[in-house]
Amino acid sequence: MNPWIRILIYLIAAPVVGCLLAGWDRRISARMQSRRGPPILQPLYDVQKLWQKQNIAVQRSQNLYIVFFLLLVIFTGALFFGGSDLLLVIFALTLAAIFFVLGAYKASSPYSFIGAERELIQMMAYEPMVLLAAIGMYMVTKSFAVDDIAVHPKLLVLVLPGIFLGFLYTLEIKFRKSPFDLSSSHHVHQELVRGITTEFSGRTLAMIEIAHWYETVFLLGWVYLFFASMPVLGVAASLLVFVFIILVDNVFARLKWQTAIKSAWVVAAVLGFGNILVLSMLH
Amino acid sequence: MTLVLTLILLPLAAGLGLLCLRSSLPRRILVTGVTLAVCCGSVALALLPTPVDLSGLSLNYHWINLGMLLVEIAMGLYIIYVGVRARHPLIVGLALAQAGLMVWFELTAGLHLEVAQNLFVDKLSVIMALINGVVGGGICLYSLGYMREYHETAHRDVADRRPLFFSLLFIFMGAMFGLIFANNLVWLFLFWEITTLCSFLLIGYTQTDEARRNALLALVMNLAGGLAFAVAIVWLYRQTGSIELQTLIKSNKVLMLMPAALLCFAGITKSAQLPFSSWLLGAMVAPTPVSALLHSSTMVKAGVYLVLRMAPVVAHTNVGMMVAMVGGVTFVIGSLAAITTSEAKRVLAWSTIANLGLIVLCGGIGTYEAVWAGILLIIFHAVAKCLLFLCVGVVEHKLHSRNIEDMSGLVLRMPRVAMMMEIGMAGMFLAPFGMLISKWAVLKAVVDASPLLSVFVVFGSAATLFFWVKWMGKLVQVVGPSERIKKELVLGEAIALYGLSAATFLTCLLFPLISSIFIKPYILDVYGNFADLGQGNVIIMMIMMAMVLLFPLSLIGQGKGPKVVDAYLGGANVKGGERFRTIAGTVQDVSIGNYYLQNFFNEAQLSRWGVIGCTMLLAAMFFLTAFV
Repeated sequence: MNPWIRILIYLIAAPVVGCLLAGWDRRISARMQSRRGPPILQPLYDVQKLWQKQNIAVQRSQNLYIVFFLLLVIFTGALFFGGSDLLLVIFALTLAAIFFVLGAYKASSPYSFIGAERELIQMMAYEPMVLLAAIGMYMVTKSFAVDDIAVHPKLLVLVLPGIFLGFLYTLEIKFRKSPFDLSSSHHVHQELVRGITTEFSGRTLAMIEIAHWYETVFLLGWVYLFFASMPVLGVAASLLVFVFIILVDNVFARLKWQTAIKSAWVVAAVLGFGNILVLSMLH
Repeated sequence: MTLVLTLILLPLAAGLGLLCLRSSLPRRILVTGVTLAVCCGSVALALLPTPVDLSGLSLNYHWINLGMLLVEIAMGLYIIYVGVRARHPLIVGLALAQAGLMVWFELTAGLHLEVAQNLFVDKLSVIMALINGVVGGGICLYSLGYMREYHETAHRDVADRRPLFFSLLFIFMGAMFGLIFANNLVWLFLFWEITTLCSFLLIGYTQTDEARRNALLALVMNLAGGLAFAVAIVWLYRQTGSIELQTLIKSNKVLMLMPAALLCFAGITKSAQLPFSSWLLGAMVAPTPVSALLHSSTMVKAGVYLVLRMAPVVAHTNVGMMVAMVGGVTFVIGSLAAITTSEAKRVLAWSTIANLGLIVLCGGIGTYEAVWAGILLIIFHAVAKCLLFLCVGVVEHKLHSRNIEDMSGLVLRMPRVAMMMEIGMAGMFLAPFGMLISKWAVLKAVVDASPLLSVFVVFGSAATLFFWVKWMGKLVQVVGPSERIKKELVLGEAIALYGLSAATFLTCLLFPLISSIFIKPYILDVYGNFADLGQGNVIIMMIMMAMVLLFPLSLIGQGKGPKVVDAYLGGANVKGGERFRTIAGTVQDVSIGNYYLQNFFNEAQLSRWGVIGCTMLLAAMFFLTAFV
């Protein structure tokens, strides 16, 4: 398929799918907590309502950072589904996340500041494993391009089991789900003060939500890559991973940042690097 | 041809002239004039076809070599004098060993030494010359304004020795040109030692106890490198009967391993890699232009230049592997250590050490991809790091602090400098700016050559992200009202800062061009092979660049902004967003401070492990070369 058409489909379909996934997330979480939970389209209603609220901010320019955050998250996904270089995708994602963090810094409130600082720690925690995942895929397929990786005949997860598990671990951090919801306390764990999003409201908060939808689809797309040679299995695995993350979210309490970074780096070093070590010994 | 000689000799002569110039106005004129001439000269050199034809310039006169020997002896004597006065036996010992070896070599071998080409200019030299001329020139202009403020307002207690300062600045620059263009290793060695001596004098400029101590530290470490260099020359001569750099690169690899290992060792000391990085951290005591000079255009770049020159020799050998690992370990440790400190200059110093580690890693791997990435790193790092140092210098004079915590709200207090600082930092680590382009290239090169080394790059760059973003965030964060500082920059500073900011953007925008005009011919010449990032990827980078550039523009045209309210403080706000009433009814001030994770990553411990690890790697390097 033409990459531009794929990008177009992504741009239109990703928020829809992301919104539905977010709805399921809340519904499944509710069931795990023996509640009924909101309708599936609740995230959409939330965003609609947020969009109509008054525009307020602590610092005049803080909301602009979020606009760029959203733009860059969408851009990252477009690069990924357009079949571009995986490393470039990671760098674009990092750039997007940095706009988010800087926005929270700009807000200059203690709570959003602590959220920003913790988000940075989380980024530092997951970055090595994400890069190692790209490197592992390169070692098997001899290409960093998502297009080439997707059409590789072998089932990547079979040669990259360590990297897949490590990647799962970092997904927990990347989704900001418990036990790693350090930077923001998210939906199902209702708390009075949020972290990084404390000072964002109305339309800006809606944008963060939409960015989250896009991001979810992109990250599950990456999970799919591990199973790309068998598309049906790939979609099933991505959805399963999503449910698994929800399960973990509900089972675990929040960990300290020290544990987050230590464990993520150990996972990256043992599972990720170990996998690469084995691969390079086999060659 | 004469251009090459002029580039070396003009700054040297100007340096000697400046030493005698006591009054301020002629000094300003001379500095500006020479700087402009050197800038234009290096740009003109870049326009010449390479390798520059130097055949009409044999320079094989006996008196030149004799003169150089005399300069060398004089420097040796001075260093010994310094060592004796400071009661530092190691300095005396190293200087004696070095001088003894060189004098003995000159007297026994020097007489019938045939050198076909004393100077050699290829594309790599041209790139280095451009960095030295343009970035170094910028630093000289900046110093004019900076040093006046330094002595007249900021540091009245320091003795005003500006003639010496500017003189050293130019001698440093001239020596750096010599170092880049030299093909005769004895010449290269002389210029190498001049940079060592100049950095010693510049670090000790303020003559405080700390400055003297750190200057001696720098001297001793660089002398150790110098000794390795001298041994390399003698070894090379014994093996091949030649003392030319080009012979070393082009002859049988196996025979050349020991001299190459020794030269890499010298490069590692000069570029402050891990067992030796303490000298660069200590060098912060000097006035800011000195730091900028040491960190960006000269000194440390001389070290990595030499390592990159050795790259084709050490590629795929144990020596290369060990050098690469020293670089990798330094990259990780330097990046982690930079997290733990709030002193701006120290963060910059650790980041320099880390990034040079990445270049050394490239040099050690030594494949064409790696060397391409290494050269890109040199270019981008020089520009962005220089910009950052000069910004910190200005901020330090205005705020009387170089603590990052005190830079909170700098966007309102010094908007122009803050903006340029943000540009510099973005240039250091953020997509789609220069350093990231090169880090990307490094990652690809490493994965292709030996994937296991990629572990250094991935962990190191994660840490890099943390310390830069929290600094960037600190600048934009505004707590409470802040007053704008009047007259942020004087003329010389403004020229240097605006120029470097523009250069940070331009090097990124023009990087495909820079790569194809300067780096590609060099790589093709040495390896006969070339790879880059692919045109599609470069276009994507340009799109990202356009998006990032839109950001400051969008700040200007905001139109109807949001309604501004106070921040949430967890209590009732008391007039404005900086105080709140707690449950107990007391009024509490708000203060926000960055994380430095000092209990998690301990700077002293990190560097101790780094020193132990890298010393073992270097020992292994020599052991493997000598006995295996």
